[in-house]
Amino acid sequence: MATDPMQQFEIKEKASLFEIAGQTISFSNSALWMIVSGILIVGFFALTLRGKLIPGRLQSMGELSYQFISDMIRDTTGQEAMKFLPFIFTLFFFILAANLIGMNPYAFTTTSHLAVTFTLAIMTISIVIIAGIWKNGLSWFKIFAPSGLPLIMYILIIPIEVISFIARPVTLAVRLFANMVAGHVMLKLFAIFAAYLVAKGGVFIGAAILPIVGVMGIAALEFLVAALQAFVFAILTCIYLNDVYHVHH
Amino acid sequence: MAADTPKTDTYGEAAASGGLPQFDFTTWASQIFWLLLVFGVLYFILSTFILPRIGQNIADRTDRISDDLDQAANFQAQAEETEKSYTKILADARAKSMNVSEATRNAVEEDIAKEIEAAEAVAEREAVVAEARIRKSRDAALESVETVAVEAAGDVLEALTGKTFTAAKIRASLKT
Repeated sequence: MATDPMQQFEIKEKASLFEIAGQTISFSNSALWMIVSGILIVGFFALTLRGKLIPGRLQSMGELSYQFISDMIRDTTGQEAMKFLPFIFTLFFFILAANLIGMNPYAFTTTSHLAVTFTLAIMTISIVIIAGIWKNGLSWFKIFAPSGLPLIMYILIIPIEVISFIARPVTLAVRLFANMVAGHVMLKLFAIFAAYLVAKGGVFIGAAILPIVGVMGIAALEFLVAALQAFVFAILTCIYLNDVYHVHH
Repeated sequence: MAADTPKTDTYGEAAASGGLPQFDFTTWASQIFWLLLVFGVLYFILSTFILPRIGQNIADRTDRISDDLDQAANFQAQAEETEKSYTKILADARAKSMNVSEATRNAVEEDIAKEIEAAEAVAEREAVVAEARIRKSRDAALESVETVAVEAAGDVLEALTGKTFTAAKIRASLKT
């Protein structure tokens, strides 16, 4: 019986593929479940492509997803950020699918790994920086120096703004990673405790009801967290994209 | 491939010994590689094939709805116009019919007045004629009454006196 709550996060290598810059690239359970989530997303949205004037249930779901993301972008950044819709759409549904797949027994939660969440966060912040410089040129760096302050204040403000900007990818990555890890560890701990009580036998079998009820509650909470964290990641990306279009704030 | 088997065990031991698998940096390169690959392919498929079609479909529907609303507004305006012209035609017809009946009544009244006038004229003429005739016959009657009275008076005088008086004499005395 697995008694280590961290064991579920183990990367199990299936096959070593090739080496890049001294790093071995291998196919693992993490890669497998990433591909599964990708296939599920493409499959789901391919099914919703009916193109009917009056949408059926499936088509409505596809269109609601589209409108959910486009409304999110319009409300937080504005109409001009619509060309980032595919990126935010992909980001949201990739994280959502990964989180929800992770709720299934025996499945692997790819977003519980800092390598994944950090890459997603770096991707996001790189897009903000590249698009910002692309659109505004070097004047984009004015986001670190809000206008209309006395000169002395800039000595204080600029480092604060730079640090808060650097903190963005870090908090994005750690928030998602920590939420996923904490939830799964809690689930595992309660489950292990229930199994432990049952194994003891006697009165303890009756007492196992408590951790079982607990694990059910946490599972429900984890489904909420799975959706919420995908939403938080997507909406924060939209808010950071604000800096591309609104340099003077 | 066979060389991988011991490797898997090493990771298992690393996890079991308390270190978080997330901080086993030897797995990072693979994870990042697969993430970029899957995310890239997913982004490509969604942005090229799926999202434009969903967006197009939504835009088509929005256009269609606003078109339909415009058309409905047009139809309503048309209906209002038709109703206005209908009311106008109705009012015109009513005014016209009122005129016609007025004219007819006037004509009829005129005719009646004319006929009454004509009838009155005829009646007056006849009345004059009749009056003349009455006067003549009354005069005739009065004349005959005098004659009878003179004769009767002659007869009475003859019986009383045994003398005959001429009618002219009697008449002269009757007149005094």
